[in-house]
Order: sequence, then structure tokens, then C-alpha cells
Amino acid sequence: MQTVFSIGVDALAYGMVLFVISIGLSVTMGLMRVVNLAHGAFAMIGGYIASYAARDLGLGYAVAVMLAVVGTILIAIPVERLLYRRIYGQPELTQVLMTIGITFCIIGIANYVFGPTLKTIPTPEALREPVSLGFRTVSAHRLFVIGCGLAVALGLWYFIERTAFGVKLRASVDNAAMAAALGVKTQVVYAVSFAVAVGLAAFGGVVGAELLPIEPYYALRYMVTFLVVVSVGGAGSIPGALAACLLLGGIDTTGRYLMPEFGEFFFYLAVIAIVWLFPRGLAGRAK
Amino acid sequence: MALLANSDTISTAGDRRARLTRDAIGVLVILVLAAVGYFLFPNNLALLTRIIAIALLVLSLDLVTGYCGVATLGHAALFGAGAYGAGIAAAHFGITDPIAMLAVGIVAGALAGLVSGVVVLRAHGLPQLVLSIAIVHLAHEAANKASGWTGGSDGLAGIMPDAVFGLWQFDLWGRTAYVFGIVLLLVAFVILRQIVRSPFGMLCRGIKQDPVRVRAMGASVHGTLIKMYAISGAVAGAGGALNAISTQVVGLDSLSFTMSAEALVMLVLGGTGSLYGALIGTISFLWFEDVVSAANPFHWLTIVGALLIAVVLFAPKGLYGSFAAYLERRGRKGR
Repeated sequence: MQTVFSIGVDALAYGMVLFVISIGLSVTMGLMRVVNLAHGAFAMIGGYIASYAARDLGLGYAVAVMLAVVGTILIAIPVERLLYRRIYGQPELTQVLMTIGITFCIIGIANYVFGPTLKTIPTPEALREPVSLGFRTVSAHRLFVIGCGLAVALGLWYFIERTAFGVKLRASVDNAAMAAALGVKTQVVYAVSFAVAVGLAAFGGVVGAELLPIEPYYALRYMVTFLVVVSVGGAGSIPGALAACLLLGGIDTTGRYLMPEFGEFFFYLAVIAIVWLFPRGLAGRAK
Repeated sequence: MALLANSDTISTAGDRRARLTRDAIGVLVILVLAAVGYFLFPNNLALLTRIIAIALLVLSLDLVTGYCGVATLGHAALFGAGAYGAGIAAAHFGITDPIAMLAVGIVAGALAGLVSGVVVLRAHGLPQLVLSIAIVHLAHEAANKASGWTGGSDGLAGIMPDAVFGLWQFDLWGRTAYVFGIVLLLVAFVILRQIVRSPFGMLCRGIKQDPVRVRAMGASVHGTLIKMYAISGAVAGAGGALNAISTQVVGLDSLSFTMSAEALVMLVLGGTGSLYGALIGTISFLWFEDVVSAANPFHWLTIVGALLIAVVLFAPKGLYGSFAAYLERRGRKGR
């Protein structure tokens, strides 16, 4: 029972981290039709900035998180303008190559600047203590992560379904040319969504640093996981991404707890099975 | 690309002679390059043999990506299947004749190609890419877990190939392995030239350009692609087997995602959709890797990344494609 409970909490926390990082990827992929393999690299940059701010500069956790989000967006804007702009609407292979090239570059630079070691982000006292739920105690950090995930999901839902910008965003996802003809500035929509996506990736990278440790190969190691979430959930769908994260988080965590010697074998097996059964994703729409 | 398309259209007797001449020139060029490599770098034959093995992998990736338009990041799974197939046959079943090991590798690669073709072709776009990545990771985890058979992360050692035809021992300097590899590459090259210009090869190109139309013409898109995947698997398997025979060890890196990604980089660097492009890409990339990693191994990944970005931005057709396009422009101006 204790095992089941801790698997449940860990799976939920892991799924929420995946959700916070991947949801931006899902939205931009649905919107701009870019296969962006470099998304994990932005989460990693966020983690490095937060680690530097909190550990080396001694700033508070909240400040570090803010700095990470803002800093990553600032780094991402020129990358988007100079490199991503040129691959919108290009064949898939071109997009894969460009974004994998960006990922390799970022890994190499991170390795050079910060070294190959793991970076930790010191969390505040309040998050380190276990919290009693009456019948069980849970790590406060896990609860915090789960709360962040829920907050992001709710916030995005409100942003996309209830605001004027969300209307434009959804219109551009459905038919960019028609939206542009009706006066939606799709370039602005693209830029804002890209910035939000990168910011969320950085946020997820920082918050989830205990579950997905920050190191130079982070971008490559978890790239697949984030892509899997998007393709299992269906690009552009928030409920789909949430379902996919919880499902995959559950499978991965259970596999690690019960059969650690198999590594990620069952995770990839599950991925193949799910994509095989739902080639368009759980919540994917027909083309 | 246009130059290639011209040379590969279906055609008259004169064209056929021109094509045969072209193939003969290709074979000659490979032979000359092989001889030059042999005499210029007699101490580096191991590297040259490795280049040949990887060239087979890149050729096989070209069949799927360049000719059929299927983007995959999991092609090392086929290479690794060939390598482990040949290695396990030698280390556990005592099949140490190099030709037999090669045959086992080819069959293992073709089977892996068949399986991953069936899986990968199930989806399109991003899910397809994810499936291909998942396959190579799954194969990697499986090989790591089944350490009784594969040696796990220590690698599979104890591969002792016999002499080729009982005549040529595999020597310390890798001369036999090098010649063996060159012959293998030539045979593969000639066979693949025939395949890509056959009606079947044309059908594959048609599918790359417009699958809906090919289906409307009454051809089976899925069946054709799976056949091509199996052929591609056989070629990659041959490369893997060559690697196992020449290095006498098989490591987990032959099943890695990095290997798949690097093969794709080499292919794109050389130019997709042409066998020459695949060869040129492999040679230039691995030579470049050798030079750079000798100078500074730490920046290798950064440089590969920058190289990729540069190719996408400035030479989207790759080295061979850009060169062919340039020649064609020259030719048109001259006429």
C-alpha cells in the first residue's frame, strides 16, 4: 500500500513536470507545424540559469525561477528570429535537422560553460520538509510540483479558451491563412506563443530539476520523452497532453519502482504500443 | 538533383549505355579512392574500414529517407541488428566464417528492417519520428538487458573470424578487413544502383513525391515502402556485420540514438536521394570528425550542430546535390 501510494505521488509529480515542459511544445507544434527537437534544450537552459542564480549568486528560489524564465525567453528570441523563422513551412526533415543542430550546439556550449557535472537548484526550507496528509506523509516538493502543474494547466486553459488572444491563437491553429486574411496578426501570435512555450519549458525545467536532473545531455536524454508526450497527446491539445503525461509518467515511474533493472524498456514499449494504436495521438484530430 | 533525375529516367538503348558508363565510372572512382586510402594511410586502415561500414549504414538510410521520403531517427537499430547478429553467431554459435557472418548480419538487418518498417510506417509526421526513436531506444535497452547474449554495456567480445575463403587471415593492420570491406561496398553499390533505377525504385520516388497519386495509379504504397525498408535493413545489416568482423567487438553504441542522428547528418551533408551523396557525406563527415576530435574532442558536438545548421541554411541539397546543380547550370549555359 505504501509502495502504491508513493508510486502514485511520484508518477503524478513526474507527469506534471512533463506536462509543464511539453505543453508549450505541443501548442507551438500545433500552431506552427514545426517539429522542434530543441524544446528540451530550453528547459535545460532554464535549469542552468536557476542553478547559477540560486547556488552561485545566492538568490532566493522564487527569484531564481523568475530569472530562469525571463533569461530563457531572452535567449530564445534571437534563436527564433534567426533560425526558426527559416524553417516554418519547410519539409519535416529540414526542421528535424535544424532543431537537432540547435540542440547539439546548446549541449556543447552548456558542457563548455558549466562543465559535465550535475547541477542542483537549492530549494527553500519549506519545500524540503515532508508534509503530513493525516494518513501519509509526502514530500512537500512533490506537492509543490503537482500544484504547479495544475496551475499551469488551469492558466493555459483560461488563456486559450477565455481570452481574446486565445481566440486568435485557436483561429491560427485551425487555419493560419484564413486567420491572417481576417486581420489576425499571425506573426505576433507565433512570437507570443513561442515565448510562452519557451518560458513554460524553462519553468518546468527548474521546478522539475529534482526529477529530471540538469546536466548537459539533458536536452538529448529527455528530448524523446517530450516529443513522445506531444505525439501521444496529439499536437495542440491541452487535455490530450495532460492525459498523455499522466499515462506516460505512470508507466515510467511504475517501471522504475517495480523493475528498475529494465531501465526505460517498458516506457518505450508503451510508447510504441500507444502510437501504434493512436497514430494521430489520444486527442488528435483527423487531418 | 535535376541531373540525377535526368540520368535515371526510363529510356532508350543509348541512355542505357550512358548509364552503364556512369556506373563503371562510379565503381572506378571508388576503387581509385580505396587504393589511394590504402597507400596514403597504411596505419589508419581501421578508420577507413569503419568509414566503409558507416557508409553502408548511410546508403541504407538514403534508400528510406532519400528515395522514399520517410524521415527516421532510428536507423542505427538496423545497423546494430546486423552487428549483433554477426557477433552473436560468431561468439555463441561458432559461425566464424566471415561470409557466413556477413550473411547472418544481412538477414538480421533485413528482419529488423521489416519489423521497424511495419512499426514506423504506421504513423506519419511527428508520431513517425517518435516511433523510430522509440525503436532504437527499445533495441538499446533490450541489448543492454540481455547481457548474457550481447555482453551488455561491456560489449560483445570473443568474435574471431576465420580467414576469408580460407586464404586471407584477418591481420593486425586490418588489410584483409579493408579489402573485404571495399569489395562489400562495391557489390552493395552496384546492386543498389540497379535497385534504385528499376521500376521498383522509380515507384519509391513516386511515393516520395505524391503517395496519393501512386495509390490512385493502383500501386501499393505501404507494401512498396516495407519492401524498401527490408532492403535497406539488409544493407545496414551488412554494414553492421562488417563492423563486427573488422573490429571483432560489438558495443552498445552501434544501437544508439546518436549513431542514428549522425547517420542522418552524414546523409544530409552529402545530399539525400543519391547514392553518391551518401558516400560523399559519410567520407567528409568521418574525416572531419577524425580531424576535429584529434584537435579538440570537447567541442565536437557544438561543431556538428553548427555544421548541421549551416547545411540546412546554405546547402540544403547537400555537397553532392549542390555540386550537381552547379554542373547542370554550367552545362545549360555552355549549350
